[in-house]
Amino acid sequence: MQHLIPEFEQLRARFPEAFTSSLVLPCLRRIQEDRGYVADSDIDGLVEYLGVPRIQVEEVLSFYGQLRRKPIGRCHIQACRNLSCSLLGAERILDHLSRKLGIAPGETTADGRFTLSTVECLAACGTAPVIMVDDTYHESMTPEKIDALLGALR
Amino acid sequence: MPDTKLLMTFPVTATSHTLAEYRARGGYGALEKALRQMKPEQVAAEVNASGIQGRGGAAFPMGRKWAVVHPNDGQAHYLCANADEGEPGTFKDRWILEYAPHLLLESMLIAAYALQVRHAFVYIRGEFDRPYRRLAAAVEEAYAAGYFGRGILGTGFACDLVIYRGAGSYVCGEASALITSIEGKRGYPRNRPPRLTVRGLYQKPTVINNVETLSNIAWIIAHGGAAYSKVGTEKEPGTRLISISGHIARAGVYEIEIGYSFAKFIHEDCGGVLGGRALKGVIPGGISTKILTASDIEPLTLDNRSLQTAGSSMGSGGMIVIAEGTCMVRLLQVLLRFYHHESCGQCTPCREGMGWLHRIIDRIVAGEGRPEDIERLYQISAWNDGTTICGMGDAAGYATSGILNKFRDEFEYYIEHKRSRCNGTLECPRSS
Repeated sequence: MQHLIPEFEQLRARFPEAFTSSLVLPCLRRIQEDRGYVADSDIDGLVEYLGVPRIQVEEVLSFYGQLRRKPIGRCHIQACRNLSCSLLGAERILDHLSRKLGIAPGETTADGRFTLSTVECLAACGTAPVIMVDDTYHESMTPEKIDALLGALR
Repeated sequence: MPDTKLLMTFPVTATSHTLAEYRARGGYGALEKALRQMKPEQVAAEVNASGIQGRGGAAFPMGRKWAVVHPNDGQAHYLCANADEGEPGTFKDRWILEYAPHLLLESMLIAAYALQVRHAFVYIRGEFDRPYRRLAAAVEEAYAAGYFGRGILGTGFACDLVIYRGAGSYVCGEASALITSIEGKRGYPRNRPPRLTVRGLYQKPTVINNVETLSNIAWIIAHGGAAYSKVGTEKEPGTRLISISGHIARAGVYEIEIGYSFAKFIHEDCGGVLGGRALKGVIPGGISTKILTASDIEPLTLDNRSLQTAGSSMGSGGMIVIAEGTCMVRLLQVLLRFYHHESCGQCTPCREGMGWLHRIIDRIVAGEGRPEDIERLYQISAWNDGTTICGMGDAAGYATSGILNKFRDEFEYYIEHKRSRCNGTLECPRSS
């Protein structure tokens, strides 16, 4: 994470003074964006850089659903299965994804390309069912649209 | 009248969210008015006179929340827009963030002026990508145009804005958890008192308002609190953004005047139930509000006082429509899985109770339900009510007892026959 410190300094400048503790979450987000996950060495580096207790960084990592300490597939597909999506076929969409990728939710394909997860409401209920591919929403999904999307990603 | 629009006042195009077009619509005029013609306390007085209530779910009067903060008490004060939109069924704030980000920013600047806030925050949920990019671009535009920073519009007013991104946590939409999250910690809700307007972010007075609530301020200052109070109902002024989804012909975000006919909204404005099926129920304001049946909604109007007569509320404005034929047992399973997943684990009744509720509904769905399970679900729901730091435990209980109250016979049937009385699915295909 050392190479990100100049960016972290810019981030720090935007916060009021004495808001150092606030930087933990945005720094972890940025580290994960860079590496794909947060490694133990990143935690060490962040603790040293910010001077916050190590337990705070570990707590944040274990609390927030989007943060992870292990690598996942190169492409992260997350399917919403909350109510509005379920009412319009989220289960069918998840089954289809599972079948096409040959993995269950929570698993990664053997070639390390795809990780499939379920996710709770993404606030895109008007265009359900919705899935998220890395950072991008794909809305009003159908099995056909999934086939096209997976074809483009492969 | 669905025609009174205070927020959705322009046609959405590929560029309607930009500063240039916002200014062409008169944008930042209210900020000019506030900074050049009004004292901070006059701005606060107009907001108070408007009678506007929070749109995030709790419907707390914004004026009363602000009145706790003393702008000249020598402390730092913070303002935070709650853009952690995560109550299932709710996607209205996303509309503002994507299509009218400057409306939020202008309104926040006016609020910051009234409350003498030097640093304002927008806490936006971590999954929001496009809304974040739109908002971040708008902030850059606003800085470049001199709306943020020092000497705003050539006056002595200074304000900076930080966008703080969450990282996947429902409970962080609760105001005190949101504060803890901005402090870079896990998002545990805090006991109150003290109120956040007394001791909030880093123990300083902090005002947290929902994105939609804040976004009304520009209109209130431009037209006056008295004019605002004439829109909507006497007790609940203004309009509301309703996001409607589920089994509905025309899902989306609508702006309605508070007090508008519930049935007319569903059956006419939104085109009725998907595929012309009969209406089974409506969850009116996010899954934590109690479900209403088709006959319940007939006499109701879209305001809290009306919905309270039926035991529910407008909540966050996230309306979910459910067609006849939908299995309510499976539906409750989806909701309880969610609450169990999102319990932060701080309070025992919620941490344990959500797991119990989830396991009981799972076993009912698996055909292993026991006759006493319905009473158990009720008991655990009641046990959660009021025994936790934040409202999540209560909310799960409302959702559970609300569905059991209206559809108990379906649960009894499922437990007795080990299968759904409906066909067991939740899906109503769009093509039907």
